[in-house]
Amino acid sequence: AMEGLAGARIREGDCAVLKRGEVFKAVPVLRRRKIIFEKQWFYLDNAIGHVYGTTFEVTNGGNLQPKQEVEETTTETKEAGTDNRNIVDDGKSQKLTHDDIKALKDKGIKGQEIVQQLIENSTTFRDKTEFAQDKYIKKKKKKYEAVITIVKPSTRILSTMYYAREPGKINHLRYDTLAQMLTLGNIHAGNKMIVMETCAGLVLGAVMERMGGYGSIIQMYPGGGPVRAATSCFGFPKPFFDNLHEFPLSKVHSLLSGTFSTETLPSDPEDNALVEEESNGLTDEKQISLQETEEEPTTEAPMEINQAEEQETMDINAEDVEFKENKEKENKENVREKQMKQWERRKKLTEAAALLREKNADGLIVASKFHPTPLLLSLLEFVAPSRPFVVYCQYKEPLLECYTKLRERGGVINLKLSETWLRNYQVLPDRSHPKLTMSGGGGYLLSGITVVLDKGKSDSSNLEALKMEEPSPKRCKVQDLHC
Amino acid sequence: MSFIEYGDTIKDGDTAIVFLGHESMFPVKVQHGTVTQTKYGVIRHSTDLIGKKYGSKVTCSKGGWVFILHPTPELWTMNLPHRTQILYSTDISIITMMLELKPGSIVCESGTGSGSLSHALIRTVAPTGHLYTVEFHQQRAEKAREEFREHGVDHLVTVTNQDVCKNGFGVSNTADAVFLDIPSPWEAIGHAKSALKAEGGRICSFSPCIEQVQRTCLAMEEYGFTEINTLEILLRVYNVRTISLQIPDLGKAAEDNSGTGFDSSNPSNQGSPGANLQQGTVQFKSGVPLREMVGHTGYLTFATKS
Repeated sequence: AMEGLAGARIREGDCAVLKRGEVFKAVPVLRRRKIIFEKQWFYLDNAIGHVYGTTFEVTNGGNLQPKQEVEETTTETKEAGTDNRNIVDDGKSQKLTHDDIKALKDKGIKGQEIVQQLIENSTTFRDKTEFAQDKYIKKKKKKYEAVITIVKPSTRILSTMYYAREPGKINHLRYDTLAQMLTLGNIHAGNKMIVMETCAGLVLGAVMERMGGYGSIIQMYPGGGPVRAATSCFGFPKPFFDNLHEFPLSKVHSLLSGTFSTETLPSDPEDNALVEEESNGLTDEKQISLQETEEEPTTEAPMEINQAEEQETMDINAEDVEFKENKEKENKENVREKQMKQWERRKKLTEAAALLREKNADGLIVASKFHPTPLLLSLLEFVAPSRPFVVYCQYKEPLLECYTKLRERGGVINLKLSETWLRNYQVLPDRSHPKLTMSGGGGYLLSGITVVLDKGKSDSSNLEALKMEEPSPKRCKVQDLHC
Repeated sequence: MSFIEYGDTIKDGDTAIVFLGHESMFPVKVQHGTVTQTKYGVIRHSTDLIGKKYGSKVTCSKGGWVFILHPTPELWTMNLPHRTQILYSTDISIITMMLELKPGSIVCESGTGSGSLSHALIRTVAPTGHLYTVEFHQQRAEKAREEFREHGVDHLVTVTNQDVCKNGFGVSNTADAVFLDIPSPWEAIGHAKSALKAEGGRICSFSPCIEQVQRTCLAMEEYGFTEINTLEILLRVYNVRTISLQIPDLGKAAEDNSGTGFDSSNPSNQGSPGANLQQGTVQFKSGVPLREMVGHTGYLTFATKS
């Protein structure tokens, strides 16, 4: 409804997802860029302009061509057997050799025709049961009819893709577990969300999709900066990123204790050197933030440039004056650019800090490789009361500890430790059953709701803990022994 | 407050959730002058609720206390009055993601039932999307309309009282997604297809019986749907408990007093029969599954309109 009646079209620069059967791959749509997918090589050029969801065939030249709708010739009553008691698998029933098939492919014969040839040259085909024939045809089609569908990225597509292709990058977060997080967390337009994830930006993207550009997100990140590789695959319009902030985990404690300052950014040491020069030893964060907002880049820059210039003239340089002047100009620009970037970063950091300091976030989502307990205990401080939070962990045990620590802390209710069990089915007439393989595990979730924290009343928080947990530990012991 | 927008303080006319303790809560319509009875005593709306912050602890007349929570579709699902069997958040979560719903989406649903899924869908498509929900039972349709109005979301939903298998959803070529939870979904596939936008629309059918699923998959194929996929999802909950297991008395290796066996606690009282339970036990934290769990709700079949 938002993209027009015909549906969104594939455009150059998009991130598109190639789909063949159950296999997905995300690729950038660029002209004259060779793509390898499912043992096939091709260019995406011809796909540009088509509607997402179109299915293509790969031509001999490595180009894409929309697949023609071919009516499956309703087969005349096929000759078929009743069971496999007389079918011997000696590997000799197919009369076409590898070379024969290759020759057909080289001639440019379409996949459908190749499958037909294989059927005609199989000595056992007519002895197979109808079901076995069906299965045989499906299998050959899958191998020789190389059709690729280009689909528009979405949480559904990307989370399925990542789980199948690179589960390590997303801490083995299975797509249904992610679905639970989004709903349990009541992610919707207008929220102020705190997200902490090390899932290549997939969880962030999923949250952004459900917020539709409304509200705001503060992404907490470890190390030097947030990873948003998967986020860019979603293809969100630029305005979506206007209210996406980031804040370094390494500053969380200082923010909570009131000693936060933007003076040392978790970045390269060069920047830190410049920062040190500016520092005037103020620890009162309010004063510092006022300074930052009042100062403009133009007034800051000349100060720094003079110092840089002095360094330059001190350098032993045998070359002529003009060259030196040009170099100075160049360096001046570089330094000014760096100053701008630095000023920008600190401004953003201050903004993010201010948002967090309000302690009124509408929810918290955590999905990372780190132990969840320290993350929850600190990040929950920024969340308003009566708001949901969800923590994902690949393993159950850290969440057991997290649960216990949260009980001790108080200020949370409705704690639930869970996992989801997911099973796919094959549904065919007289052949319906669960599929043969399924995921062994998709991770665990700990969810709950915040309430007003009763600080300094350890008695009441114990009472709360007793009230919330059931049954009491003493009773539990007896019950467990009986089991 | 509303189901689609968070508010900070409790206001007259709000629907709030009273939380009494472990898995014990109920919804309440906040109204000046009213009182609500709980097992901990009386809650007076005018003094105890209105103006208080959501998430606050409220002490009731008998001295016990409760928490007042902001409503969410998930809390509503756990507390709404059942007129029919409902969908729970586990199924709702995967439905929402697989139908690719988000703010601005146009979604069709039938049957409305008790409105459990409806509230969740409205929350997801707000503020610019819309839910068209069809219910063939007149009273249920009316009750749903009433609830949506009370919850401040009626501008985002249209309830139609008709049979979706005969008359469809009331929209054509516009929906991003269609959801079916009816006895004979295969009879509504044609209508679903015409309600959906030209390309890329998603459909989901929920059926408890595999025979229904088989018929529905066949119908989807006949109507040209692609990517047909059936799955089921179940929730496993764990209770966090500290468990103590007794260490068995395996006797002494020899008749002298050398220590035997494994004992993680006090070593001085080893081996004596009738030993203190505390000494002969090992404690650990465990995520213990519940005795019973939901084993089946229904099969979910998804497909794409191509």
